[in-house]
This record gives sequence, structure tokens and C-alpha cells, in this order.
Amino acid sequence: MDTIIKFVVNVVSLGGTYALLALGLAVVFSVLRLINFAHGEMMALSGYVLLAGIVLGVPFWVAAVSAIVAGGLAAIIMEATAFRPVRSASPATLLMTSFAVAMLLQVIFQNGVSPRGQAVPVPSFFNSSVSIGPAQISMIQLISIIVSLASLVLLRFFFFNTRMGWAIRASATEFEIVRLMGIKASRLIALAFLISGLLAGIAGVLWVMQRGSVDPLMGLKPVLAAFIVVVIGGLGSLSGAVIAGYLLAAIEIALQTWLPESLVPFREALTFIFVIAVLSVFPNGLFGRRVPEKV
Amino acid sequence: MSVLLDVANLNVSYGGVQAVRDVSLRVEEGEVVALLGPNGAGKSSTLRSIVGLIKSQGDITFKGQRVSGRACERIVSLGLTLVPEGRRLFPQLTVRENLLLGASRGSHDETYERLLDTLPILAERQRQYAGTLSGGEQQQVAIARALMSRPQLLLIDEPSLGLAPTLVTVVYGLLSDLRETGLSMMIVEQEVMRVLRFADRAYAMATGSIVLEGPAAELLASDQVKDVYLGVTS
Repeated sequence: MDTIIKFVVNVVSLGGTYALLALGLAVVFSVLRLINFAHGEMMALSGYVLLAGIVLGVPFWVAAVSAIVAGGLAAIIMEATAFRPVRSASPATLLMTSFAVAMLLQVIFQNGVSPRGQAVPVPSFFNSSVSIGPAQISMIQLISIIVSLASLVLLRFFFFNTRMGWAIRASATEFEIVRLMGIKASRLIALAFLISGLLAGIAGVLWVMQRGSVDPLMGLKPVLAAFIVVVIGGLGSLSGAVIAGYLLAAIEIALQTWLPESLVPFREALTFIFVIAVLSVFPNGLFGRRVPEKV
Repeated sequence: MSVLLDVANLNVSYGGVQAVRDVSLRVEEGEVVALLGPNGAGKSSTLRSIVGLIKSQGDITFKGQRVSGRACERIVSLGLTLVPEGRRLFPQLTVRENLLLGASRGSHDETYERLLDTLPILAERQRQYAGTLSGGEQQQVAIARALMSRPQLLLIDEPSLGLAPTLVTVVYGLLSDLRETGLSMMIVEQEVMRVLRFADRAYAMATGSIVLEGPAAELLASDQVKDVYLGVTS
């Protein structure tokens, strides 16, 4: 019972973070056919802003909100300066641009702060534990579950009840026709980046709070997982990204919990075998449709 | 009658290949104009450049305002829109969401309700994903979606493409109702006979240029149209 509760809590908390990151990638992919490789750096940027806030002694929630807003702003600036000039270029050009942005930010973090990890002194309240039945879970896990679920609910409302939300969902298959509906392309793209940046910011804050440190490459591993999630969920499918986020977390945590010790070194290999299996049965991902080329 | 759309010396090229060459045409208020021609004649490119989806050279004037070079979304807001070839609905959105997304100008509850009344199929399927509809239903939804922006001129690209003859009749029934409301239309169509019986005037294109124009009835009677330009033999 204890193990089961812990398993569920771990899955929902890690899966929530994966879902937020994957959703951010999927939203930008919908409007621009770009998998943004600088997504992890937005996450790291938020981590640094959180650290700066704590060091400056502002209340924790102010630091956290600033960090999330910084993620959103960074995304908008990134779109306006790096991606807008090459918007009509091939997807490969956009992809290379995102690599360049990622490296630029990494260098800024390495030279401006430090290549090494910086400890982030999170208030001790977050390290207290809460009991759910027989299991003890940490406050930070509880918070990350609540925050990620709340963000997802809010976004669901946005995507299914507002005209701009419909437009972003529609962009996944018919970006050009969305313009024919009178929606301004540049506003839609900027909005998609804003959402993706805010989501990276939220994920960044939760990630840093759980690990207690921030480093220039901290976004690499979770965003790599989010790339996998987006592909499993089906490129262009927003709900697919969320579901696949929890699914990948469940597999990772299950392997971590129940795999015999002798097989632990193969944990990641087993995860990837699962990914390959899914893609060989569903080449477009679980919820994907064939994405038409951008015209 | 006053001129609603005036296109003068339109040229469109794709990477050095000229798709549309010096095309001039006009649509008057309340008029239905057919644009004919074989595949690759430049009909779709003409429509797409009029609504600003592709770049073009030349002068396009709508309601006396120069629209050439303007962004697609701004042209649509003036009351000119396109029902694209192949419907191009948003498959992962419901019928209702497809329509409301099309409502680019102001509040459109009224337009929406009116469309539900005119097209019972919409009322039945409004919660259904557009991707699950049949071709004929999709074409009706595509036209309805365009109507949500309350256009004065509707450009329609191949409304009967891929539809069974009975459904083509349904779609043309809808277009005929729209004509009654005073909506102007320009229709690109492969079903030459049907569209010539429906339209007031027609233009025929071949390899990027307009080669014939005149009242639809005249083109319908002309052997030249049947044999040479439209590839139908009587």
C-alpha cells in the first residue's frame, strides 16, 4: 500500500512536469513546425531567476512568480529576435536557429554565473513531509502535483473555450487556414511562445525546488524526456503530449521502483525499448495524425 | 451595379515558374462569376493571391480599397474570404469550434444561430469533430465557416471536388440560397457545365492567362469552350 501510494505520487509529480514541458514544445510545434531545442534553457533561466530572487531576499512566492514570468518573457524575446526573421525558412533552418539560441543561453549562464551547479536554498517548509495514509510524501511533491494539475486544467480551459485556444489547436494541421479565419499569424505565434515559456518557467521552478540546485544544463534531461513525450503523444497533439507525459513518468518510476538491481543499468535502455515499441505500432504517436508540411 | 472586386494585371510566380500571367478580372455586387480551366491553369493561385495567402504582383481592389500586399487576416476582415480547395477544415476541432473560429468580425452568435437554422446538418453535428464528417458535410461546414466572417464576396475553390453527384446538388442548393441573400461569389470549378448554368459570368484560364470571358450562357453555348479550353466533348 505504502509503495503504491508513493508510486502514484511520484508518477503524478514527475508526469506533471513532463506534461508541462511537452505541452510547451507541442504548442510551439503547432504554430511553427519547430521543435524548440532551447526549451530547456528557458527552464534553466527560470531557475536562475528563482535563485536570484532568493539571494536578494524577496519573499519566496515573489521569486517563484518572477521566475515563471521570466520564462514567458524569454520565450517572447526569443521568438521576436531569433525565430521571426527565419519564420518562412525551412524547418531545418528553424531547428538550427533553436540550437544556436540554446548554446547562446548556455554560454551566458556558464560565463555570467558559473558552469557549476548553484545551490538554491529553498525555504525549509518545502522539505517538510505530509502523510497520505501510511505513506510520507514531501511537501514539494505535493505542491508540484497541485501546480502542474492546476496549470493543465487552466490550459485546457483556454484551448477548448477561447478563440485563440481553438486557433492554436487548429494550427497543428492547418496553420494557413487559421489566417484565413482572420487570426493574425504573428500574434498567434507570439502567444504560443508565451505559453510555452510560462510552462517552461513553471516546470523550471518545480524542478529546481525538488533538486535544490540550478546549473546551465539542468534543462537537458527533462526536456529530452519531453521530446520523447511529444513524439509518443503524437506531434501536433496537445492532449497526446499530456497523456504521454504521465505515461513516460509511470514507466520510468515503475522501472526505478521494481526493477531487480542487476537490471538497473538497463533502465534507460528499457524505457527506450518501450518508446520504439510504441512508435513501431503507432508511427505517428499515440494520438498523432500525419502532420502536413508547412506551406 | 458597382464593382466589388477588381483585379488588374495579377502575376504570381513560384520560384521562377509563372503560375498566373497578367490576369485581370472583376466581380460586381451580387454577381456570381465562374473561373474555369484545366488543372494547373492558375485558378487556385488566382484565388489564393486575392485573399493574400500567397504573394503576387498587380493591383487588387476590394470595395474601392487597395488590398494587394496586405496580410491575409486584414483582407478577410474587410469582408472577402475563401473556401479553400479540399475544404481544409480543422479536423481536431468540433464543428461548432470550426465555425466560431471563423467568426472574425465582431460577435457572431446571431450568424451562428442563423446558419444552424439554414443547415440542419450543422445543428446535428455541432459537437462532433469535423474530421469525422463525410465529404459533403465537410463542404457545407467549410462554406458555413467562411460565412461566419459575414463576407460580401465569397471565393470558392472547387466546391464539388470529390463529391458524389447528389451531394454536388446539395452544395449548389446551398450556394443558390446564398445568392438569394445577395452574396457575391467567384467559383473555381471543374464541373464546367454545372457552374456555367449557375453563374452570371465566366472567365476561362489556360496556362496562367485568361483566354475567354463573357456571360456564362454564351460560354455554355460555345463549342470553343467545350472542345479546347475545358476539355469536355459534347
